[in-house]
Amino acid sequence: MNSSDPLFKALADPSRRKLLDLLYASDGQTLGQLCRHLDMTRQSITQHLDVLEAANLVATRRRGREKLHFLNPVPLQEIYERWISKFDRPRLVALERLKRRLEGEEK
Amino acid sequence: MSKSTFVYVTFIRTSPERLWSALTTPDFIRQYWFGMTCESEWKPGSAWRLIFEDGRIADAGEILEADPPRRLLIKWRNEWNAEMKAEGDALCAFEIEAVPDVAPQAVKLSVTHSIEKPESKFIAAVSGGWPRILSNLKSLLETGEAVLKTGKRSP
Repeated sequence: MNSSDPLFKALADPSRRKLLDLLYASDGQTLGQLCRHLDMTRQSITQHLDVLEAANLVATRRRGREKLHFLNPVPLQEIYERWISKFDRPRLVALERLKRRLEGEEK
Repeated sequence: MSKSTFVYVTFIRTSPERLWSALTTPDFIRQYWFGMTCESEWKPGSAWRLIFEDGRIADAGEILEADPPRRLLIKWRNEWNAEMKAEGDALCAFEIEAVPDVAPQAVKLSVTHSIEKPESKFIAAVSGGWPRILSNLKSLLETGEAVLKTGKRSP
């Protein structure tokens, strides 16, 4: 299995994307807080969170007896770099050149 | 929640020792941190500074804990923006765990950046930077080359 397969599988499910949206809106939520926004059993939400954690899209931290869930943007950054950074680089180079010209360092 | 916290996790194919050295060696830091210089003795109580390419101090603080190659805790304060500086000290923890039973060897790096203040501008500001820095660090350790050479965002 390719190392990015769990990531794409995790993103393929609308409920899991909803969970990521909820964490994006407010990071560091408990399972109980997340349950309030979703019309699903606690058990299935736990399963979805496990899939997200296995794909490294969600990171958890303990605070006393509570388990807090955080959106981890690092794997998404890697997707961005994989397909976008190639197109980004010439644009950044062009912008740098424009900046230098406007600032009068290049004739 | 009276606190602002962001957590970033990345898995890197390397050893805990190599990752620790990547996090604490200025010449290496510069390669994945967009040219920033980082100065410290990396011992509990030693000063810590992050310096822009043009020499201005970006952030400053103190090493609170250093347990190589497992845990590094930095007291971290913004220095370049008055509003963010006024928020005071944040804490940044780097935790390195070896991933058991995988070949080639891999480690889990967790970075937790927090401040005792809700809706922190400083934590919001660093949160855009960390994914880029950590993803760059991963590429550099795994392939010997950083993907992003500049910290600038595309428009």
